[in-house]
Amino acid sequence: MTSKLNLNQDHVSQARKYAKNVADHTQNFINQHTTVATERAICRLLGINGVDELDVPLPNVVVQHLVQHGLLASGAALMLGNAMLATGLSPQEIAEKISCDELDLTAIPMADVAAIADIINQTAAISVDKIYQNRCHRNAMLEKYGDKTEPYLYVIVATGNIHEDITQAVACVAQGADIIAVIRTTGQSLLDYVPYGATTEGFGGTYATQENFRLMRAALDAAGDKAGRYIRLCNYASGLCMPEIAAMGAVERLDVMLNDALYGILFRDINMKRTIVDQYFSRVINGFAGIIINTGEDNYLTTADAVEEAHTVLTSQFLNEQFALAAGLPPEQMGLGHAFEIAPDVKNGFLYEVAQAQMAREIFPQAPLKYMPPTKFMTGDIFKGAVQNALFNAVSIMTGQKIHLLGMLTEAIHTPFMSDRAQAIDSARYIFNTMADLADEIEFKDGGIIQSRVADVLAKACDLLAQIDKNNLFATLEQGIFAGIKRGRDAGKGLDGVVPKAPGYFNPFISMMLEGGAHND
Amino acid sequence: MIDYNNIRPYGDTAGDGKVQLSFTLPVPNDNKGRETAKTLAKKMGLTDLNVAHSGTLDAGFTFYVVYGSVTHSVDYAAIQVQAATGDIMDMDGINTYIREHIRRKVVIVGASTGTDAHTVGIDAIMNMKGFAGHYGLERYEMIEAHNLGSQVTNDDFIAKAKELNADVLLVSQTVTQKDIHITNLTELVELLEADGLRHKVILICGGPRIGAELAKELGYDAGFGQGSFSEDVASFAVQEMVRRNM
Ligand code: B12
Repeated sequence: MTSKLNLNQDHVSQARKYAKNVADHTQNFINQHTTVATERAICRLLGINGVDELDVPLPNVVVQHLVQHGLLASGAALMLGNAMLATGLSPQEIAEKISCDELDLTAIPMADVAAIADIINQTAAISVDKIYQNRCHRNAMLEKYGDKTEPYLYVIVATGNIHEDITQAVACVAQGADIIAVIRTTGQSLLDYVPYGATTEGFGGTYATQENFRLMRAALDAAGDKAGRYIRLCNYASGLCMPEIAAMGAVERLDVMLNDALYGILFRDINMKRTIVDQYFSRVINGFAGIIINTGEDNYLTTADAVEEAHTVLTSQFLNEQFALAAGLPPEQMGLGHAFEIAPDVKNGFLYEVAQAQMAREIFPQAPLKYMPPTKFMTGDIFKGAVQNALFNAVSIMTGQKIHLLGMLTEAIHTPFMSDRAQAIDSARYIFNTMADLADEIEFKDGGIIQSRVADVLAKACDLLAQIDKNNLFATLEQGIFAGIKRGRDAGKGLDGVVPKAPGYFNPFISMMLEGGAHND
Repeated sequence: MIDYNNIRPYGDTAGDGKVQLSFTLPVPNDNKGRETAKTLAKKMGLTDLNVAHSGTLDAGFTFYVVYGSVTHSVDYAAIQVQAATGDIMDMDGINTYIREHIRRKVVIVGASTGTDAHTVGIDAIMNMKGFAGHYGLERYEMIEAHNLGSQVTNDDFIAKAKELNADVLLVSQTVTQKDIHITNLTELVELLEADGLRHKVILICGGPRIGAELAKELGYDAGFGQGSFSEDVASFAVQEMVRRNM
């Protein structure tokens, strides 16, 4: 791809270098810590599922048991492996016994570490293989039906009831959608457990549960077969259960996961240490599973101004890229985010949108960029809203975006109706077709508004990254540089679930997944 | 000539009653479906019906755009709306009013409560910077404003209100799906009543889908919807305090 922007490549490589320093530095902290959510994800991947009679998920029962006995730092894998050797039981059976107080992990003398690693690695290999098979299956389906070259049409369902969601999702497939995202209910991100089973009650979205994942997956596979397309399923690996949801999604063959390194800290006031450690394991899982992650830079622009703060979006994209690389996620799975959120009354706003989108395209050439529609400046005037969305669609096709979240003309009013999505799909297909090769036909004026805007945003992002590199990430978050939101290093939710690892700690999945990632396909 | 005792929608001729509506029916897109759409519109009180568009959403779902003329009319002159109580003052006016009539700082505590994570609305009212060129309450010299942020439980909200000796409570609710805001707002009133606090504070809610009427119905002193500014809220709150001798 030849540059249309006359990008300052020095700035690009400097910015990347600063971001890498930040990620490397933060990685030291990550490597030394674990969290309750990370350990619960390990439990799930070792085959522990189900709930006790009080509806507490068994992974929580096991991890709570570890916490109570001061064993969290040793990790679930070590303790479960030890119990497996001593009892001959499976992790699921051990969890069940713990839940009815028939087994106390502290009462079992520690066996030889090599023997523990052995039995745990054998058990771990079962779900690693299952996830690998899912990846192969996805690739085979994409081979069979072919994959799209234009942007993927991404729509959300958010009825609160998984069965109603399925009705809506199947209709979206018939209309031409490529990705179905099931939006989570309000409040889920702050639950320190993942609810169990099929759910029919939610507000502004539907609970992410493994059973809901399975039901929607089956429905989309069937609808996709009928339509002759592979339909991608998206959910949210975010909040206090980030790695657990990644594990569940990998097992149920989700294809796309919202998975931002900083979003929970900024927008849900989750403690930064907790989030940073959790995002790592969740990304290792997503990376191995071939799942495309979507990052949440677009959200900055819902609280901060899109013209003034454009460089924070780019800064965060650089950081997300480096955190993803550190977790073994290849660029082809990095759905770095940004959004069409400039106020409609800004003169030449459209040009700035083109600049931002083209800049992301050129700086992250392999990334399946996630492009969010206008939301903040959508109003009850749905007719104007339809025009705003049309302009957004035009930018997307002109600049080669990949994951195209369809704008809803009723954005300011309600979660989408079936007809709202149909209207959005229709309009995007019209615009993508009528402008199919426009990108190839246009260049931007040397030193014109678009090129100058990009130079300015890139230079500012580069400066900001230099500053973050100097101060480190945690201090930066304390200063409120992203989205104008300040967070204390030891404030926020979930900090009590973070501990330094004890000697002998191990997570069997990290090495297995890093070694077997999609880059080996 | 417009007949204000018989107001009807205006298409291109006075009194023509023209409206457009769109909806989805869970039926296939065929003649029978179109006839069903028309019949439904007739029951809504429309005549001269034109099913201008019918689009297939899925095998059993069809979207209709229908035009027609409304047979109903409304007596505009007789319509009553909840008038805003008191005058709307500007920031300086409000500060002066407080100095003269309350003679101490007014403590206002606000939050986006329940599971709601939207803060932009309450920030627009409270934060120093304000919204669309209107400073927020934190900027008011005679107001001590505490913005607790989002996802604050009703219990925590009340505890904080007590601790700070709040005169005025501001609650923001943005998510309204399945009426979650109503459940949450009602719970707050019940908790305040149980605590014997309800009559000691001015209780105000706000959000894009909140109106004065709904607020009253739920037991709030006032409700503010889209496009409200700090002045609107503060003007009401301080005058209400004086009216109630607080
Ligand atoms: C920005 C935004 C977000 C941001 C919020 C960032 C933040 N820190 O606030 C993010 C991305 C985090 C977000 C998340 C979600 N969002 Co949202 N979001 C929006 C969006 C685009 C704009 C809202 C906004 O900021 N408006 C600007 C402010 C200034 O306006 P306002 O809130 O109306 O406030 C004014 C008045 O109402 C009033 N006011 C407001 N509060 C108060 C309080 C008092 C006391 C007073 C006096 C006045 C007052 O004064 C303000 C100034 O005039 C709207 C869509 C839209 N265009 O409206 C969706 C929207 C509100 N979101 C929606 C949903 C469903 C969600 C999620 C639940 C989605 C999900 N399942 O994950 C999550 C929230 C999760 C949770 N736990 O709550 C829905 C709500 C649907 C509904 N009616 O139930 C909307 C309408 C989008 C949609 N169509 O689906 N969202």
